[in-house]
Amino acid sequence: MSEANAAEKELVRDLLDGDHRALARTISKIEDRTPGYREVVSELHAHTGDAEVIGVTGSPGAGKSTLVDKLAKAYRDRGLTVGVIAVDPSSPYTGGAVLGDRIRMASNVGDMDVFFRSMSARGQLGGLSTATADAIKALDAFGKDRIVVETVGAGQNEVDVVRTADTVVVLVQPGSGDDVQMLKAGILEIGDVFVVNKADKDGAATTVSDLQEMLHMREGATTAGAGHHGAGVGTADDTGGADDADGDDWDPRIVETVATEGEGVAELIDVLDAHYDHLRSTGELDRRTRTRYAEEIRQLLRADAADLLEEELERHGGMDALVDAVRARETDPYTVVDRILDPLADCVRERRD
Amino acid sequence: MSAGQEQRTIRCLVAKVGLDGHDRGAHVIARAFRDAGFEVIYSGLHRAPEEIVQAAVQEDVDVLGISILSGAHNTLVPKVIEGLKEYGAFEDTLVIVGGIVPDEDREELVAAGVAEVFGPGTPMQETIDFVRDNAPQR
Repeated sequence: MSEANAAEKELVRDLLDGDHRALARTISKIEDRTPGYREVVSELHAHTGDAEVIGVTGSPGAGKSTLVDKLAKAYRDRGLTVGVIAVDPSSPYTGGAVLGDRIRMASNVGDMDVFFRSMSARGQLGGLSTATADAIKALDAFGKDRIVVETVGAGQNEVDVVRTADTVVVLVQPGSGDDVQMLKAGILEIGDVFVVNKADKDGAATTVSDLQEMLHMREGATTAGAGHHGAGVGTADDTGGADDADGDDWDPRIVETVATEGEGVAELIDVLDAHYDHLRSTGELDRRTRTRYAEEIRQLLRADAADLLEEELERHGGMDALVDAVRARETDPYTVVDRILDPLADCVRERRD
Repeated sequence: MSAGQEQRTIRCLVAKVGLDGHDRGAHVIARAFRDAGFEVIYSGLHRAPEEIVQAAVQEDVDVLGISILSGAHNTLVPKVIEGLKEYGAFEDTLVIVGGIVPDEDREELVAAGVAEVFGPGTPMQETIDFVRDNAPQR
């Protein structure tokens, strides 16, 4: 026990010293949930809080990896260090995965100050966002200025992942469907910035105006018909927010990019900076951070409590036996739960006094 | 915790180094590894040794599979291994080579630190079993 403890302390020390291998090893430990990973993340926590975290999501083929590559390059040109976490799905059958986003990181070849890490969902519903949040902490403690989390916006799992970010960027490509598709997509609600990538393609203008309309509706719903100006949720050079009734709301912006050429990336960075400034000046950043920590604490509590309950379940003969008893009408689900939970509740209440 | 007992996922980097532009074999092995339940990171074509090292270090892979058909293995593979050593990553990375490697070059590669060389016609299962048996214990 004490030996493992020393090893973990050393890992943390090496990471804080800027050792790339230690950073890589720490993220593996987090992904694998190796014993001791909690202690490592706890130790790292004190050294976090300085990085800006950007989530990038969108459907497959929208150009996320290419855009992230160019974004990382642009940040590097401004003297900032960058961490990237790219999340890809894993096979529900074998658990295997091909993590292919790295191929598109060509602009940052040989630059160790861009730390790119692929992660797979490993079939853990809910657990992925915890693992990603912990990996972000590792990169933050390592000293990365900007951390980009990239994921396919396909389901709840992925939505949870981008929620770990300060700013959420949703990528849309031209011709990805009519406005009903955009109505369907839950990711429309979580975007702070929308990027119409491949803006040189046919249909880009239509996609931009569809988006504008959808975002306008979303706004109208919350600000109760404040009578917005024409293309209110407009382009990058919009001053944004100034016209709002309470001045505190962020108008989602739309940026057009051609990621393969790096076009629009500088504008995107301006908008990202503007959003972060907005978060800070309105106190929204504090609110989001608080919400995030609260969520994190709740999630860990639930997971640990669930593990403890599994143990108790086993002690009562396991789920199968209990189900048999319920089916045979010897007992019922409520009674079973009371029997398992009551002693725990008693313990907790006793300890409290 | 409950997840602590699960078997660790084996992570592999399948890499194409140098100038040969033929990666069908790399695709096939990447897919076979995926179906075996491994996490596979594919490097893409035309990578320099430094790029492979960067990827292997950052991704903390257990296995680095280098696919080479061009005949440049004697210069490129040792460069990759040197790079791994520089980052302290060589000791716990299993390095294997696949592709066209003449018999007389095998020994040299093994001496440089390659665990095994898989030539054309190697059954996929053989490679998978080798990785399962020899992936470093951490």
